[in-house]
Amino acid sequence: MGEIFALVEHRQNAVRDITFELLTCGRRIAEQQNAQLTALLFGHNIAQTCDAVKNHAHRILAIDHELYKTFNAETYQATLVDIIQKEKPLLTLIGHTAFGWDLAPSLATQLGIPFTTDCLALEIRDDLAHATRQMYDGKLNAHVTLKKHDSYIVTLRSGSVPAEDASLNAEVQNYEPPLSAEPEYRKFLEYIEAAVGEVDITKADIIVSIGRGIKEQANMPAIEDFVKAIGGVLACSRPVVDAGWLPKDRQVGSSGKTVKPKLYIALGISGAFQHIVGMKGADTIIAVNKDPNAPIFNEADYGVVEDLFKVVPALKEKIVELKG
Amino acid sequence: MDIIVCIKRVPQTAEADVKIDASKKDIIKDRLTFDMNEADTYALEEAILFKEKFGGTLTVVSLGGVEAEDTLRIALAKGADHAIRIKAEEFGELDGYKTAAIIREAIKDTKHDIIFTGCMATDDAYSQVGVILAELLGIPHATLVTKIDMKNDKLHAYRELEGGLLEHLEITLPALCTIQTGINEPRYASLLAIRRAAKKELTVVGKAEIAGENIMSHSVLDELYVPPVGKRAEMLTGSMDEITAKLGSIVKEKGLL
Repeated sequence: MGEIFALVEHRQNAVRDITFELLTCGRRIAEQQNAQLTALLFGHNIAQTCDAVKNHAHRILAIDHELYKTFNAETYQATLVDIIQKEKPLLTLIGHTAFGWDLAPSLATQLGIPFTTDCLALEIRDDLAHATRQMYDGKLNAHVTLKKHDSYIVTLRSGSVPAEDASLNAEVQNYEPPLSAEPEYRKFLEYIEAAVGEVDITKADIIVSIGRGIKEQANMPAIEDFVKAIGGVLACSRPVVDAGWLPKDRQVGSSGKTVKPKLYIALGISGAFQHIVGMKGADTIIAVNKDPNAPIFNEADYGVVEDLFKVVPALKEKIVELKG
Repeated sequence: MDIIVCIKRVPQTAEADVKIDASKKDIIKDRLTFDMNEADTYALEEAILFKEKFGGTLTVVSLGGVEAEDTLRIALAKGADHAIRIKAEEFGELDGYKTAAIIREAIKDTKHDIIFTGCMATDDAYSQVGVILAELLGIPHATLVTKIDMKNDKLHAYRELEGGLLEHLEITLPALCTIQTGINEPRYASLLAIRRAAKKELTVVGKAEIAGENIMSHSVLDELYVPPVGKRAEMLTGSMDEITAKLGSIVKEKGLL
C-alpha cells in the first residue's frame, strides 16, 4: 500500500495554513487506508519549520538546501518527480494556492499521474480517488472520479478542510536534492511586497465593500456618499480592481487583504470563495445582492435580495436619521 | 515575436441563475449568454500589446463548438492574424488534461515565442490547461501573471501570490504565461473591425487533421449538484422602509453609529 504525501507550503520558513489543512486531509485518508502520512518539506535552514509540522505526520521527508530557500515550481517539480518515482505514494496532496497552481498540473503531466485541482473534499474508495470540486463561478459542485491508477495527485482548496491538531511525532528523514542548481530557463528573482495605500482597510471597524454588481464607474459616487454617512471605509472584490475603479490595496480576498471589521456590508458581491476567505472573520456581515442564490448569503448574517442602487440611498437616509 | 493565445467561449454564470440539466453532467444553457472567458480577454489583450510592440504573428486557438467561431472572430477583429477552431464536438468529454493535449496537437507546428492563456476558465475552473500545455510542449511557464516585461530577450513575469505579494521570475523563450485578470484594459472591437474580421482566415481542424485519437481524460465528471446551503443569512424582507429600519437598528445595536 502506497503512502499519503502532503507537500508542506511555507514562505521562507513561515508555514502557511494550507499545510495543516493538507496534513489533516492526508491524515484522515491515511487512517482510512491504513497507510502512513509523509510530509514533504523542502527549504533552507528548516529546523523550526520541521518542528512546526512534526506532530502532524508519521514521517517528514526533508531537504535542507539553499536551492529551496524560495519557491520555484521548476525545482519543486524536478524534486517531486524524483521522490514520487522512487517512493510511489498512493496520493500526493498539494495546496491549490499560487504555488500549487504553478506546480501540480505540470508535475502530474510529467509523471503521467491522474490528477485534479481545487478540490473541497477527497475520498479514496476501492482504489479510486473521488473528489468534490466547484464549477460555474462556484454556483455548482461536481463529483469527479480520477482514472484508475496506483498514484494520484490532487490540489486542495484553502479553508476546505479545517486543520486539526495531532500528536504523531514524525520521524525525520533527510533526502538528497536531485538537482544542484535552478534551471537556466526559469529563475526566481525576488518577492515584491504590495505597495502601502492611503487607507488601511484592515484597521477599519466598518467596511462597505462593492463587487461586480456596481456595474459602472458612474455608480461609485452614490456608494461613496453612503460610506461617508456610515463612517466606514470603501473596499471591494476583484472585478472592481480589475476594472481600475479602486486600487489593489482596497481588494478583500485571497490575493488582496484579509479583514476582520465589526461590520462588513457587501454590495453586489456574489461571494466567490477567493473573496469569502478575506472577510469571513467580520463580526457582522450584511449582504445585498439581486441573486437569491448568490453564495454570499451563506456567509452573511443578514441578507437583502434587492437592487443595491435602491437599498443604498434609502439606507443612507436611515443612517443619517439615526445619527441625528 | 510570434504569439499564440488560447481562448474559450463560456457561459456567463457569475450573475446568472445556474440550473443543472437532466443528464446531471451539464447545465441548462438556453437562457445564458456566452462570451470569451474573462481571463482569456486579458490574455488576448496582452498578446495584442506584445504584437504592437514587437511585431510578429498572432494566432488565436479555441477548442469549442461551432459557436466558438464567433468568439474567434472577435479576437480577429481585435487584432489577431489567424484563428483556429478545434472541433470540440469530435472529442467527447473533456477535462483539463485532454483539452491541453488536443490543443498541443493542433498548435505544435505553429511557430510560437510566447503562448498566453487565461489563468482559469469560469465554467469548469480547472486552472490547468495552460500549465499542462507548457509541459507537453516542453517550454517553461508562469501562472497567475499580472505584469510582464521583456529584458535582454528574456521574459520577466510577475506572478500574483496570496496577500498581494508578487513573485518576480525570469524565463527564457519560448514560454507560456497564464494571465490573471486585471493585467491590462482589454479593448473592444469596433464594428468596422468586426466586419473586416469576417474576411480573415479561420481554420477549422478536427480528428482528421490532428492526431487526437488516443488522448484520454484524467478525470471523469460523475455529476453536478447544488452545493449544500451553509449557515444561511437571516433574510430581511418587506418594504424598503422596513428593510432599512431593520438594517439601521442592527448597525445601532452594534454600537457603530
